[in-house]
Amino acid sequence: MKQFKAKIISNKKIAPGHYILSFKAPKTAKNTKPGQFFNIRVSQTYEPFLRRPFSAHKIARNKIEILYKVVGKATEILSMKKKGDILDVLGPLGNGFDLETGVSSVFLVAGGHGVAPLYALAEQIIRGKSRALIFIGGKTKKHIVSDKELKELGAKVYISTEDGSKGYKGLITDLVIRHCKAASRLAMTTIYACGPKPMLKEVAKLARRYKMPCRVSLEEYMACGIGTCLGCAVKTRTGFKLVCKDGPVFDSREIIWT
Amino acid sequence: MDLKIKIGKLKLENPVILASGTAGFGKEMKDFIDINKLGAIVTKTITLNKRKGNPPPRVIETPGGLLNSIGLDNGGLKDFMFEKISFLENLKIPVIVSIAGDTIDEFVELARELSKARCIRAIEINLSCPNIRHKNTKFPLLAQDRRAVEKIISRLRKTTTNTLIAKLSPNVADIKEIAKAAEHAGADAISLINTYPGMLVDINTMKPKLGGVTGGLSGPSVKPLALKCVRDAYNAVNIPVIGMGGIMDARDAVEFFICGASAIQIGTANFVNPGVSLEILEGIKEYLKKKKIKAIKNLIGKLKI
Ligand SMILES: Cc1cc2nc3c(=O)[nH]c(=O)nc-3n(C[C@H](O)[C@H](O)[C@H](O)COP(=O)(O)OP(=O)(O)OC[C@H]3O[C@@H](n4cnc5c(N)ncnc54)[C@H](O)[C@@H]3O)c2cc1C
Ligand SMILES: Cc1cc2nc3c(=O)[nH]c(=O)nc-3n(C[C@H](O)[C@H](O)[C@H](O)COP(=O)(O)O)c2cc1C
Ligand code: FES
Repeated sequence: MKQFKAKIISNKKIAPGHYILSFKAPKTAKNTKPGQFFNIRVSQTYEPFLRRPFSAHKIARNKIEILYKVVGKATEILSMKKKGDILDVLGPLGNGFDLETGVSSVFLVAGGHGVAPLYALAEQIIRGKSRALIFIGGKTKKHIVSDKELKELGAKVYISTEDGSKGYKGLITDLVIRHCKAASRLAMTTIYACGPKPMLKEVAKLARRYKMPCRVSLEEYMACGIGTCLGCAVKTRTGFKLVCKDGPVFDSREIIWT
Repeated sequence: MDLKIKIGKLKLENPVILASGTAGFGKEMKDFIDINKLGAIVTKTITLNKRKGNPPPRVIETPGGLLNSIGLDNGGLKDFMFEKISFLENLKIPVIVSIAGDTIDEFVELARELSKARCIRAIEINLSCPNIRHKNTKFPLLAQDRRAVEKIISRLRKTTTNTLIAKLSPNVADIKEIAKAAEHAGADAISLINTYPGMLVDINTMKPKLGGVTGGLSGPSVKPLALKCVRDAYNAVNIPVIGMGGIMDARDAVEFFICGASAIQIGTANFVNPGVSLEILEGIKEYLKKKKIKAIKNLIGKLKI
């Protein structure tokens, strides 16, 4: 059964408004792929009413970590959870990233806390001896997280902020384009991206321009997370698809960006 | 303890049913609950032809509830008969297929084709989806039009020997009148409530929060409304009433039985906790034991006034 009670191992603030929560998942962790997510009930009351989806950030042998940003009720409540508290979790859910074989290097593009699922992917890529270049963009330096950890992992990290408070001043896609121009054999490079829709739309455009395969991880409001409510629909070239079941990872060419 | 219940020709081992649109076609639930322990399952509403559904966002949380505008997104009858049915065929519990048509003829064709499938012995007629428009009535909902309800059900009664359940809307002037019309036309049971129409607005963008502009409200906030409808319908007809609307736990469920429900459906609660229906079933058993009530039948309609 994919519903379980998970004991919280730790819940640490890693930057203003950003937390990493680690929970025990001995049976689940080994079946979890980067890009998959968990639908978590943060309160036994009806406030907030629904579960909230969070991507696997780190997948260890016996535990899962999620990285989240406090943006509203549920994430606020989550940020107050303590070691030993119990979470009601559904998962792993969704398709996850599929690593293509034969790629020599991979571009990972994150907008703010969109870096959450890309860390687990970077870990897998580096373990597989491919090169991972990760691009993290944010409004200000406060919105950039996980960069140090990714460096330690052995990924090449590039940062941009809109106000120039860290890294390159401007949009992250500008940085990615520079590397696209520089890199030869782009056909061997796949892009994986996660972040706000406007950013993903730009990434999809540049992938098309440079003829690079590109996968994006999408977000949509969810009620169930398991494919029963049909609430999390996104428009694709072959009709509506479900972010929770057919995604959250899609081929960028499939999506009709609005 | 006797939990058995009869709805038309259907014999249910217990009165807990998964509601239409909240448990997919069963298969989606299989990693989360042992469906065979429940009384029955109602499928997502199917239509004759594929429907792509409404634009996102399709669901949004409300205080104590959920607003949805799915728009009956489904693959149509063929997709059901060729794809979805295979999982349902292997279930040990009764499968109730929910149907909706744009016209009476579509309802009839759906019922005729479904009657050919051996595993299907009951049809829930969705007369009350707030997210689509119908051609047979001037009213926003079929379930608001007594004549349309009568016409559709009597045609279906001639089409199939399957158990027919009429799913009604709470958004009517007099639920008793509609329930009676369904009974007279030949329905074996009534189920209610479907969602109540509603909307929400984002004050920053001044846009509706749902892609479909308006949607249907469900969950705890509609429970009092649903209980009143169930009681009114129970008092008006002699066929079983299947109650739903905001049932989150066994206590909610017991309220529905007391108001006259012969069985209950669990909807939105499945989203919050996909295992909840079995917990509710256990809770109902505990309640009956505590109250020394030997059969669920003896609880139905026992409201003391
Ligand atoms: C598959 C998936 C994986 C996710 N992974 C992560 C993750 O790893 N880390 C992380 O921090 N967040 C992640 N999210 C987003 C996270 O689920 C939301 O931030 C969370 O639900 C907000 O809950 P809340 O009650 O705190 O905020 P709310 O009070 O519900 O909302 C706060 C604000 O965020 C907006 N919002 C909330 N949810 C969504 C949504 N799904 N789509 C668009 N806007 C939304 C609301 O409109 C509102 O403006 C993921 C979402 C999905 C769908
Ligand atoms: C997301 C969603 C989809 C639904 N889809 C259908 C449907 O296809 N057909 C139908 O008859 N009712 C549908 N319903 C209504 C439910 O079956 C039920 O009547 C209603 O939600 C009230 O019960 P609840 O408060 O327990 O959810 C849907 C409800 C929700 C929340
Ligand atoms: S969230 Fe319910 S179908 Fe995706």
